[in-house]
Amino acid sequence: MFDYTYLPEMNLIPYLAEMMVKIVFIFSMNMGVFAPLLGWVERKQSALMQDRIGANRADIFGFTVFGLLHTLTDAIKLLTKEDFIPRGADRTLHYLAPFIAVVPALVAFAVIPFGGQYELWGHKANLVIADLDVGMLYIFAVASVGTYGAVIAGWASNNNWSLLGGIRVGAQMLSYEVAMGLTLVGIFMVYGTLRMTEIGAAQENFFHWGIFLQPVGFFLFIACALAENKRTPFDIPEAESELIAGYFTEYSGLKFAMFWMAEFLEMVTISAVLVALFFGGWQIPFVSHQMLADFFGFLGPNLAQVVTMLIHVGVFWAKVCLWIFILMLIRWTLPRFRYDQVMKLGWKIILPLALINIAVTGAVILLVR
Amino acid sequence: MLNQYVPVFVMTLAACGTAVAMIVLTSLIGPKKEFDDKMEPFECGVSPVADPKARFSVRFYIIAMLFILFDIEAVFLFPWAVVFRELGMFGFVEMMVFLGVLGVGLVYVWKKGALEWE
Repeated sequence: MFDYTYLPEMNLIPYLAEMMVKIVFIFSMNMGVFAPLLGWVERKQSALMQDRIGANRADIFGFTVFGLLHTLTDAIKLLTKEDFIPRGADRTLHYLAPFIAVVPALVAFAVIPFGGQYELWGHKANLVIADLDVGMLYIFAVASVGTYGAVIAGWASNNNWSLLGGIRVGAQMLSYEVAMGLTLVGIFMVYGTLRMTEIGAAQENFFHWGIFLQPVGFFLFIACALAENKRTPFDIPEAESELIAGYFTEYSGLKFAMFWMAEFLEMVTISAVLVALFFGGWQIPFVSHQMLADFFGFLGPNLAQVVTMLIHVGVFWAKVCLWIFILMLIRWTLPRFRYDQVMKLGWKIILPLALINIAVTGAVILLVR
Repeated sequence: MLNQYVPVFVMTLAACGTAVAMIVLTSLIGPKKEFDDKMEPFECGVSPVADPKARFSVRFYIIAMLFILFDIEAVFLFPWAVVFRELGMFGFVEMMVFLGVLGVGLVYVWKKGALEWE
């Protein structure tokens, strides 16, 4: 099988080239595809779900392209808007907050494998930007930095509603961060590692997918992930009917767009984590890496690996898109929870259940062994 | 030799560059019209009365303190989970004792009403 202690000792130039290709690929997926397109998906999907037509006004010479041009008009509008900072606001922090919100959302993807490991013309390609041994812990660490962005935005705006949103976001994110860490301990016990590529490789057998080994952990994790993403039903920090827009009330132009982008990119990261931990990552059910490579064997060993790699990458992104669709479905189906309900769910339901899940998982592993 | 964190560093630089570019762009492009009424913090058209830097409920502080306690618990659990199979029964029982103590702490906090939001 594969050598998991893959370290770039061999050749500097291919290693750097591979690294840059992977970073550019993930960046263009995030900034070029998901960040602009999810705004359109959100509108179009909500329109379909609510039996509206939706997002079909912007056109070039009468062509609306399913409302896709709204993405373009949005970008132009946000770019040419005035950058507004209210009187009495802390200017430095007001500038800093969107920066802190968006950088973790872009960086968190680094440890998620979007494919396996492939031997191409003697060069071993590992389709993950950074194959860190701390893996998931890195995502927790980076994602929690994003909380500062929202809290600082609420504080810096000198607006009562913003501050309330900022405080709410702080308490909500802290509560669910505890629970989210504990919900995934079961997965780490089952696979015995934090490294995302190893977890992905261990799911080559369909019945070893995380969803079968950790069903309770999966449901607890998805609730926590939704809460961390601050979208409906957990969107009390930005509840528009009570707090105008919560912590980003006083933001306009691209600075507003950065909060919006961070939210969408977090959704992509959550979907990718769900896929990587619970839904087999890049693996296809019942079709192993070797079977694919053998099937395309007539192309020669290198091209067969290339085709296998492309199929795996395609499967991974297809799964991610499916999860984004499901998360959007949840967002447009459920009403907003009350604040006390959110806190109760986090501390009194998910936290104890996650602890019980750890104990049960441990007992089962010891019994089965 | 090259460290496995180099890609993370490169990616962070790229992300910071993107974010800075967006902030610089938005502060350069776009109109700048300032007048007194507009610069007020937005409160649906009413002039703000209360100062936002006022005090807020102590419950948020309690949540922050509980977060530290329980997140450190989670930090202890991660390395334990990774080597769980090697530790076997001994590690399991030991961690259950640890979780039991923390469970008692959670019940205490719960009964004291620190998790209540009326």
